[in-house]
Amino acid sequence: MTNAKGRFGVYGGQYIPETLMNAVIELEAAYEKFKADATFNAELEKLFNEYAGRPSRLYFAERMTNDLGGAKIYLKREDLNHTGAHKINNVLGQALLAKKMGKTRLIAETGAGQHGVATATAAALMNMECVIFMGEEDTIRQALNVYRMKLLGAEVVAVKTGTATLKDAVSETFREWTRRISDTHYCLGSVMGPHPFPTIVRDFQAVISKEIKSQMLEREGKLPDVVIACVGGGSNAMGSFWNFIDDKQVKLIGCEAAGRGVDTFETAATIATGRTGIFHGMKSYFCQDEFGGIAPVYSISAGLDYPGIGPEHAHLHDTGRAEYVPITDAEAVEAFEYLSRTEGIIPAIESAHAVAYAQKIAPNMPKEKIIVITISGRGDKDCASVAKYRGVNIDE
Amino acid sequence: MSKIKNAFAGGKAFIPFITCGDPDLATTAACVREMVKNGASLIELGIPFSDPTAEGVVIQNANLRALRGGTTTDKVFELVKDLRRDVKIPLVFMTYANVVFGYGAEKFISTCAALGIDGLILPDLPFEEKGEFLPLCRKYGVDLISMIAPTSENRIAMIVREAEGFLYIVSSLGVTGTRNKIVTDLAPIIKIVRENTKIPCAIGFGISTPEQARAMANLSDGAIIGSAIIKILAEHGSNAPKFIGAYTKTIVNSLRRKYDSNV
Repeated sequence: MTNAKGRFGVYGGQYIPETLMNAVIELEAAYEKFKADATFNAELEKLFNEYAGRPSRLYFAERMTNDLGGAKIYLKREDLNHTGAHKINNVLGQALLAKKMGKTRLIAETGAGQHGVATATAAALMNMECVIFMGEEDTIRQALNVYRMKLLGAEVVAVKTGTATLKDAVSETFREWTRRISDTHYCLGSVMGPHPFPTIVRDFQAVISKEIKSQMLEREGKLPDVVIACVGGGSNAMGSFWNFIDDKQVKLIGCEAAGRGVDTFETAATIATGRTGIFHGMKSYFCQDEFGGIAPVYSISAGLDYPGIGPEHAHLHDTGRAEYVPITDAEAVEAFEYLSRTEGIIPAIESAHAVAYAQKIAPNMPKEKIIVITISGRGDKDCASVAKYRGVNIDE
Repeated sequence: MSKIKNAFAGGKAFIPFITCGDPDLATTAACVREMVKNGASLIELGIPFSDPTAEGVVIQNANLRALRGGTTTDKVFELVKDLRRDVKIPLVFMTYANVVFGYGAEKFISTCAALGIDGLILPDLPFEEKGEFLPLCRKYGVDLISMIAPTSENRIAMIVREAEGFLYIVSSLGVTGTRNKIVTDLAPIIKIVRENTKIPCAIGFGISTPEQARAMANLSDGAIIGSAIIKILAEHGSNAPKFIGAYTKTIVNSLRRKYDSNV
């Protein structure tokens, strides 16, 4: 029998070195204590509202709706949060929790740099030391975010091992945590890793679906028919889905990064091309070879360029409660440009994967149906790489 | 009960680690035979994994060299089959949970048993998750080795009471790799271990010199050395076996000499 703790169906668990076990047990105990604590929740809500700028807008994308000619499209504007992405929700929660636990130092992995920037921001705000691990490849793709993190007082370590992308940054952050535990909290950026991280991150991100629900009821007097979000590890998607899971009539769709296509090796679509495995502390779906070696993955989006997916998504996939679809680089780039042109909103290239799927399904849906797309982040950071994709050279 | 306890029957045990296929499997086979010839008590054979999260940079690079050279789990099994024609000392695999899971846990563990692998060390499989493979390990008679870390504290007794084969005591915080000094106060940890089990325990992580090995073996029943051996391989490549034989001899001599004083 496998451990029942932190399981979503068969997925999840705590597959980590013994050195870290007491750290995650301590974290779980602290989280159980503070999540029910009125003062903690009041402090967090204050940070959400006054610092991060919540609640984020639920915006009716009228031009996009008219242009596609089908379902009504709303955008959940997580890109308008302070630091420009949904990542701040989780980070403020974890940093506050770490502070209450007496930790003085935050470490984190980052792919696109959004989680690193958010962590560096929270560390500056709460006067904590901060070290961010980022794949060397990503420090090049996202040079501006590296500068932002340093500006915020964080140290940025370029990870050169393996494929020098997000998975290697996660591995290196775990290694750093085993080196230094007593004063350090690993502020994990997605609904992944060992228990209790998938649960903690989901709970802090659940504010997204809580707001969508009340905003939608206020605007339309009913729930949306479809909620779409992009999925790498899957934190903005889990946050967007969570409060709708019991509302079975609401269709939940996660968009994975297919890179150059699910029939190529240059893909990061875990559900479409992976199988069950054990890695980075969790049992879930992973892109891997026949001997269990973790496969190098590829996507134009540094934030979705990860060979696994959070364990609760794996479970939602198996049970059929959520559907996961692959979106290619080409589709995402077109959606990136489309939303910029149509609504004057430049989405993160990650979020553009969700926009691309809405473009596919909205025209075939009746006008009274409603789609909510979570725009998980803003796209300024991606302009250079999209320009490069289009063959345009710009100086950053 | 496997024959792992035999490794500790002749005094303090020396347990070297080697990544299979670094730089190639023929070199690994020659190194293992040199280790045996020079007195190694038990050998940890590492099956390379793409993302060895508990390893420092030295063993990470060994894993990458082995994988780039085309080493697979099936080829490591072939290596063991060859070794078992003449190597009689206990052999254990050290790898990661997904190498076992991805191969098919039953197929992997039954193959281990058939080839004469005595135990399995999986650093990303803590006490709470050992149910993942323990029933199969029991079924086929392969010991699932437990690890104790400097941070284990209140968990030591619980882990030790159910431990099989030998206990792997992690000397230091952090990942594998040589260290100038081992700062953890290991004596209180060993005391709890002794109170809760009769199986032998060996200390690993950070050990490279004969002096460190002797000090760690004096505290416990043996010393485990990995990164220091991999460094020799990285330096000498396919010429490494004779150097690894000489290194083994140095360590074994330091463990077997009689010492009155505590070092």
